[in-house]
Amino acid sequence: MGTIPILAAGANPLDAYYEMFLGAFGNVIAISEVLVRAAPLMLTGLAIAVAFRARFWNIGAEGQLYAGAILGSFVALNFADWPAWIHIPMMILAGMAGGALCALPGILKIKVKVGDVVTTLMLNFIMIILTSYLVQNVLKDPFTGWPQSAPIPDSATYPVLIPYTRFHLGIIIALFFALVVGYGLIQYTTLGYEIKAVGSNEIASRLAGINPTAVTIKTALISGSFAGLAGIGEVAGIRHHLIATLSPVPIGYGLTGVVIAVMAGLNPFWVVVVAFFFSIIINGSQTMSRVTGVPIFLSEIFQGLALFFTLFFMFLDQYKIRRVR
Amino acid sequence: MSDIAIQVKGITKRFPNVVANDHIDLELRKGEVCAILGENGAGKSTLMKIIYGLYRADEGQLLVGGKPVSIDSPKGAIALGIGMIHQHFTLDEKLTVVENLVLATGQGRALLNLKEASERLTGLSKKYGLEVDPTAKVYQLSEGMKQRVEILKLLLRGAEILIFDEPTAVLTPIETGDLFKAIRALASEGHAIAFISHHLGEVLSISDRIVVLRNGSVVGETTPTGTSKSELAQMMVGREIEAVTRHKAREKGAPILDVSGIRALSDKKLEAVKNVSFILDAGEVLGIAGVSGNGQKELIDVILGMRKATSGKLILNGNDVTNKSTKEIIEQKLRCIPEDRIGWGLLMGNSIAENLILGLHRSEKLSSRLPLLGVIKEKEIQDYAKQLLARFDIRGADVNAPVRLLSGGNLQKVILARILSQEPRVILAVQPTRGLDIGATEFVHKLLLELRDKGVGILLVSEDLEEILALSDRIAVIFRGEILGTFTAESATSEKLGLMMAGVTEKG
Repeated sequence: MGTIPILAAGANPLDAYYEMFLGAFGNVIAISEVLVRAAPLMLTGLAIAVAFRARFWNIGAEGQLYAGAILGSFVALNFADWPAWIHIPMMILAGMAGGALCALPGILKIKVKVGDVVTTLMLNFIMIILTSYLVQNVLKDPFTGWPQSAPIPDSATYPVLIPYTRFHLGIIIALFFALVVGYGLIQYTTLGYEIKAVGSNEIASRLAGINPTAVTIKTALISGSFAGLAGIGEVAGIRHHLIATLSPVPIGYGLTGVVIAVMAGLNPFWVVVVAFFFSIIINGSQTMSRVTGVPIFLSEIFQGLALFFTLFFMFLDQYKIRRVR
Repeated sequence: MSDIAIQVKGITKRFPNVVANDHIDLELRKGEVCAILGENGAGKSTLMKIIYGLYRADEGQLLVGGKPVSIDSPKGAIALGIGMIHQHFTLDEKLTVVENLVLATGQGRALLNLKEASERLTGLSKKYGLEVDPTAKVYQLSEGMKQRVEILKLLLRGAEILIFDEPTAVLTPIETGDLFKAIRALASEGHAIAFISHHLGEVLSISDRIVVLRNGSVVGETTPTGTSKSELAQMMVGREIEAVTRHKAREKGAPILDVSGIRALSDKKLEAVKNVSFILDAGEVLGIAGVSGNGQKELIDVILGMRKATSGKLILNGNDVTNKSTKEIIEQKLRCIPEDRIGWGLLMGNSIAENLILGLHRSEKLSSRLPLLGVIKEKEIQDYAKQLLARFDIRGADVNAPVRLLSGGNLQKVILARILSQEPRVILAVQPTRGLDIGATEFVHKLLLELRDKGVGILLVSEDLEEILALSDRIAVIFRGEILGTFTAESATSEKLGLMMAGVTEKG
């Protein structure tokens, strides 16, 4: 699928893929960059995977990401006198809370029949604009005057774990949440079972004594909190400021999370694998474009196509071909 | 001695995993009603589809009027005078009866001659007792009426051989009686009739000859006078089936479900339940008899906490649960065997084990409570699921296989196994044996009676009068949202119930 645009751009596909591979794995720095980018992807992927299992169509991971970044940054910037071992966890909690709160309006779908897709989607824009507003006004860095917040104090910064790279604590946190918390929740807890049940058949769940509303609320909170964690991770681990462009266009980590989750079959373990895969493509395409002249749009095309096909197959999945007897 | 209309010789049809028809020899004779009896999966539908041109046989021959034929399509079948009345009608609901018939007979002229068609229609109707209003739009008709239109359609196209596929599934008892009269009339005029069914009582009353299929082969041929229900059942299943009957009425316990003055609206905001009251005691089976669409759905929804009761009270175990949430009702130990097995009772994307623990997943046996979350105990669940599979004889897959691999009867067993392990006090059983074969039906009936003997109160909502009569201690008939009357088991008969189900009360 990717070879065609490469050929169209006039480059040799073999060269192109080789460079992409090098760009991703060429050296320690390259590898750590792949991990750096994979971290938010696996968290948003996880957020969506959990939500979709309960049929909570959370398209708002992007907004939840920013909401988490905002709330987490607030804690980061205002309590510089706390020691790191208190400051960082509190910041993380704040980030997760921010994301969770942002996802909450999605449950209006139950009481008032306002669609979860619409609600969460709309909140994306609100959160991005809110972030933009904050970094240009209230939280603006007094020293530089650029549209970003003041720098996050050291006590709230994720430490770098491998010298000379950007490999930071947030990566470990992301892996932990995806592989342990996410997987554990879905597979091993009663709540995970109820999430699967409600997503599979709400009426049957109800007749078994499960309260679908309560389960959906919990799902929304959990899903949002994972996306919020991704947001604060970008702030505390990479950017060190709150900015309005935490999540790269074209699609953003939030929507890419949808693609990843669906491609991973909503399974937290595969979410991690697919997140790596995406990270490789995105990073590798940058190198590839520098060397071969194939425009970086290739990776964007790929992401766009992947999203399109994912949504298409999700849509088709709603309809089953049945033989009428 | 009647002529042979269709002869089936050695017809064999294979599908990837199964031989659906295995060298079947069969005759349909003019002026005779031949019943083709068999369980789901016995091969009846496949055979009929071959005769009707929807399938091609792998081996064997069909002879119509003594001559070998090749039937490639339904059109080809009709050209040979073969007509089939399916379970799902093929009428255009928006048009009138006459228009449908003209459409079907393809007169192909620019102007529709409705008057002439109407006259032909009326003539045929009278002849066979298939009265129907030619100017009525099809969507306004009852299922029984629609079926008449289907039959007339085929007659107008010159069908001499009529195949009825489970025709009584959609009919009320009275409509069934009318259909049988029409079938008799058709037979006496020389038509050859095939009557496909798994309904023993009906087959015995309407047919001249009975052919029993099992696992794709003909296992026996007999006449109604020469056999009995139990013998037929045995042929269909291959083993002895005992008719499940209630023992004498036992001591009933205290009231556990008290429904009084319940009113509720349908989805279209019309009143569907009008002042329904009854009391279910522990240890009794109360049957609610009635044709679908008379308020049962709405009543059931109210009892389950899924629909608002606009007035009235619902008392379970002495607790007022009127308009409370489903969860609170479930907490009172009421469980439901739903009419829509899959849509209301199963998690189709999950494994059998996961379906078996639905509702029990928070019990101490199967999960442990940590401060914030419960952790499910995988091993205990596996053991528990395996036990249930064995106890209920659920066949077709092992505990971790997807539940959708199971057949209808086994799916129902999964639901039953699950409900029973939750030790319910009241069971709302809605059409519990719909679509199930004889073996599974026997199993369900036995189980329900065992539960009744143990003191469980069972509310049985069913269209199947035989089922209601076999299991119930008391029977209430529902019609247009009202309980028209209640009978004890001793005083109830098919006729009385059938009449009341059609709205005829003893007064009127």
